[in-house]
Amino acid sequence: MEELAIKIEHVSKQYRLGAIGGGTLQADLQSWWARKTGKEDPNSKIGARTDVKIGERFLALDDINLEVRKGEAVGIIGHNGAGKSTLLKLLSRVTAPTTGKISIDGRIASMLEVGTGFHPELTGRENIYMNGAILGMTRAEIDRKIDQIIEFSEVEQFIDTPVKRYSSGMYVKLAFSVAAHLDSEIMIMDEVLAVGDMKFQQKCLGRMGDAAEGEGRTVLYVSHNMNTIRQLCKRCIVLDHGRIIFDGDTEQAIALYMETNDKMNISYDCMQERPFNDIDNRVHIDRVSFLNKHDQPIFDQKEKIKLGIECTAQNPVENVSLRIILQTLDKIRIGMTTTTPCLKFTKGKNVLSVEMPIDWLAPGKYNCNFVLYSVNQFGTTQIHDRIMEICVFEKNQNFLQTNQMSWGHSVWGYMMMPELKVLKPD
Amino acid sequence: MEQKFTTVITPKTGWFDINLKEVWDYRDLIFLFVKRSFVSQYKQTILGPAWAFIQPFLTTVVFTVIFGNIAGLAPGGLPHFAFYFCGTILWQYFSGCLSSTANTFVANAHTMGKVYYPRLVMPISTVLSRLISFAIQYVFLIGFVVYYTFTKQGVHPNWWILMTPVLLLQLAMLSMGFGIIISSLTTKYRDLANLVGFGVQLWMYGSPVAYDMYSMTSFAPGGKWHALYMCNPVTTLINIFRYAYLGFGAVEWNYYWIGWITTLVILFLGVLLFSHVEKTFMDTV
Repeated sequence: MEELAIKIEHVSKQYRLGAIGGGTLQADLQSWWARKTGKEDPNSKIGARTDVKIGERFLALDDINLEVRKGEAVGIIGHNGAGKSTLLKLLSRVTAPTTGKISIDGRIASMLEVGTGFHPELTGRENIYMNGAILGMTRAEIDRKIDQIIEFSEVEQFIDTPVKRYSSGMYVKLAFSVAAHLDSEIMIMDEVLAVGDMKFQQKCLGRMGDAAEGEGRTVLYVSHNMNTIRQLCKRCIVLDHGRIIFDGDTEQAIALYMETNDKMNISYDCMQERPFNDIDNRVHIDRVSFLNKHDQPIFDQKEKIKLGIECTAQNPVENVSLRIILQTLDKIRIGMTTTTPCLKFTKGKNVLSVEMPIDWLAPGKYNCNFVLYSVNQFGTTQIHDRIMEICVFEKNQNFLQTNQMSWGHSVWGYMMMPELKVLKPD
Repeated sequence: MEQKFTTVITPKTGWFDINLKEVWDYRDLIFLFVKRSFVSQYKQTILGPAWAFIQPFLTTVVFTVIFGNIAGLAPGGLPHFAFYFCGTILWQYFSGCLSSTANTFVANAHTMGKVYYPRLVMPISTVLSRLISFAIQYVFLIGFVVYYTFTKQGVHPNWWILMTPVLLLQLAMLSMGFGIIISSLTTKYRDLANLVGFGVQLWMYGSPVAYDMYSMTSFAPGGKWHALYMCNPVTTLINIFRYAYLGFGAVEWNYYWIGWITTLVILFLGVLLFSHVEKTFMDTV
């Protein structure tokens, strides 16, 4: 049997809705009196739903069961309010669960925030000791690691300066370095990597990857950045309304999480207001539909996507081009294609059909951005209309090209290049 | 096969779930908190730690002039300044500890909401860091006592001085006990926090800090309020302290032991309440 690092059994966390006490005894007594006499509570928020009973229970986590093995890096994703932070708070013992039991083997270093306990008046070095001790290191341990920490933080030069003189980036780098060098068996992180420059972020991810794979430490990582999740975690759980709705492969988890945002439709109505001010609206995209699919826009390797675009032009326009930009559901742009400036629109309704080959595209789910534009005689681009992130489609896995392996986006990218040809030796 | 886990987190705990060993494991953190609060208090001040002396010094001067010379509440036969300085440094240690530990949860909600450490670490380190300021004041006290003794101004230090650490320990335990009781009660209702400042001031007038209890007929031994007055453990402590360093007053042992019982009960209740609240205070603070 593999050893577990964390075992969560039937854990729920309940909060009370509405007034959990106005903060002062007087306010509580007021509310209590109002309820007794059936009057309106003077402390309830204006416009608050009156059908919510005061003290109604709200489950931030609802019967969570989870087992994490030692040395695993597990990502936790979910929409705001899904219960991610509550889960991490329970694990790091900031607050206690309402029911259930959490068993942990090993020391936990929780980084719900970088630089907890940093004091602006103390120098960098003093703060390393301070922060390390708060995170549970002993003085001797920090003594042993201090050189490594300072080197990793890249702020050697300023280490004996009070941290109130630091730039925010330096502050964060120092704080993360302390956390990253903890000797704890379990690391819990809540989006701490959202700070710091790209280079440092990559360095941190690398460090955490080492911690998980090389040193056999367990990492729990919450983020809204799917790329870092992909990079760090092989297993991922999706939380929704306090329940675990998925537990397994990271790619599938991300797909599931994204899908709750982007439903796959056959036809998209585009009459909504555009949030751009660089478009002149001479041609307006009214509707975009998949022409060669009737139930679900899922395409095979050899298939081409056929799209029908319904537009309305205010006046006749000529020499218009259509540009399509493909992107992944987590907003990584993959590529662009465009027509020659050959489109003509007559006043009123027009229907345009285009065909897009996708044999170069890696399997996965994508969506499209559409831009109608023309280039005038001075070389200036004039954008008539633009519509973002619609037409979600899926490209099927094609095992012929990948030698029976499923496509790993974090490793192989998003482009399936033409097959390699083996040259005959001369 | 059941696996052994090092930590098990369960919901509600009983009243007697106190983990003092864990507090000991975090002793480095206590030390660092002590250092942090002391260092940060005097950073960017010209006089630095001298402030630790200046504050009680000025208070003593005010007491000497107003209560001693104008109102005539100080005892005769010894310098008023020495009388007030003894009382003031002891009282300021007590009230300082009490009012800052009373603030533990609210003031540290930010760090405590992000990371776990035994919450008791915080009040303990507060009490210890105040001890540093006290030590500075104490050095000056010794200086004054030596000066007054050699100039024969009626000051008679004696062997009771050796009691000092025990007195301080009791004072620290008492103030921390009260402080953490208040901090536990204020996680939900802040009302009490507003009363702390006033209560502490009232308490000072209920202790022989600003006046000589022996010249108050109702408080002095044999007076009708004497027994009640002596139930305040701070009174006995200040009396013994003054007796040891100035040779003034008397030690009433029966009240001293009552004081210890009160202290231990308060501290025990405090730790109990504190441990009960610390697990979930983040949800209500």
